[in-house]
Amino acid sequence: MRFVDEFRDPKLARKLLDGIKGLTPDREVNLMEVCGTHTVAIFKHGIKELLPQGVNLLSGPGCPVCVTPMETIDRAIALAGLPGIIFTTFGDMIKVPGSSSSLEEAKAQGKDVRIVYSSLDALRIAKENPKKKTIFFGIGFETTSPSIACTLSRAKKEGIKNFFLLSAHKLIPPAMKAILEAKEVNLAGFISPGHVSTIIGSRPYEFISKEFGTPCVISGFEPLDVLQSIYMLLLQIRERKPKVEIQYRRCVKPEGNIKAQKELDKVFEISDSSWRGLGTIPNSGLRLRKEFSSFNAEKAFDVQIESSPEPKGCLCGEILRGVRIPVECSLFVKECTPEHPIGPCMVSSEGTCATYYKYHRRKDYEKR
Amino acid sequence: MCLGIPAKVTSIDEGMAEVDVGGVRRKISIQLLKYVRIGEYVLLHAGFAIQRIDEKEAQETLKLLEEINEVR
Ligand code: SF4
Repeated sequence: MRFVDEFRDPKLARKLLDGIKGLTPDREVNLMEVCGTHTVAIFKHGIKELLPQGVNLLSGPGCPVCVTPMETIDRAIALAGLPGIIFTTFGDMIKVPGSSSSLEEAKAQGKDVRIVYSSLDALRIAKENPKKKTIFFGIGFETTSPSIACTLSRAKKEGIKNFFLLSAHKLIPPAMKAILEAKEVNLAGFISPGHVSTIIGSRPYEFISKEFGTPCVISGFEPLDVLQSIYMLLLQIRERKPKVEIQYRRCVKPEGNIKAQKELDKVFEISDSSWRGLGTIPNSGLRLRKEFSSFNAEKAFDVQIESSPEPKGCLCGEILRGVRIPVECSLFVKECTPEHPIGPCMVSSEGTCATYYKYHRRKDYEKR
Repeated sequence: MCLGIPAKVTSIDEGMAEVDVGGVRRKISIQLLKYVRIGEYVLLHAGFAIQRIDEKEAQETLKLLEEINEVR
């Protein structure tokens, strides 16, 4: 496939690895790949195993499914259980356990829960079922939220009254800030999310290099992209000149996608948001603007949600902060598997636990 | 979740485009792009094109990689 195969060239990968070896410092360096899509790419292409001793990759909080609080999932399940509702969601969300059930179980019990590929599909379902109310469970980072905004603008323009959004959208840079402020892990650099950055550009990360002195490289998702990003980070570390660089230049402009930013801004405003594992992070979420509040499922439907404890023994919170790795969880593989997930990190195809599970027969997976 | 895949635009019609994703045809929204031309590649995510893929930049990145050990 164009723009994929070229970035998998083994000859160039070897060259980059030589470059990385030449730049490896004497002390250990921890680099965090923030985005779950990067975690999957890193494991799929065996990049962790190829890196020289001393260059460690830690997975971060960039899995939207994993950081959605249990309370939100319970709310989703409760909403799906109301009469006359069609509940639509992205496929990754359906298996996530709430405190006593999941959307998948609700579906098995006869609730109308449907998986959609796009928010536009959810809107189409609403139009095709005028006698019912269709709720879309909106999760995702800046990559996804502009598309949801677009769909809501369209619903408003077309005067559709039976379409609602349960919004759990979150913003990535504030989460990176929270991780730096917590100082639980010693991070020498961030491999920053490429697709989030297609929308927001490179500027929202600048505070990371300026205020925290931590290098940032915005990376693509093919092996050469990730290796080049690691190379660029090591170069910054060696030169002691932390900055924000874009490796993924074919898709990311410094200013991002301004049209998408405007679409997003029309519909959503920034608010505080609660993250699983990270707690409430200031200015890290999106809520609907007043003009769009009639689409807000939380306001339109009154359901009572009790606060619920995290599953016992699950380390998802620590894993999302890069403090622990899945093999350190006593439930990993034994009780918690993709078929019987205990925490969200095992459910999402991009969850760190699910990724470790899929590739855990590789001998080097315990290396950190 | 943040997956984006390259898709080639084959036709455009009022905010929607037909694209070719590795041989499979799909209808996607191009509302998030200021403009796009037929024949160009876009990044497809959740039914929307979220950015155009810059051919020239892709070539330049690859060229840079060819030269990498010599530059340093
Ligand atoms: S292995 Fe399962 S229980 Fe352990 S941290 Fe991961 S998701 Fe939670």
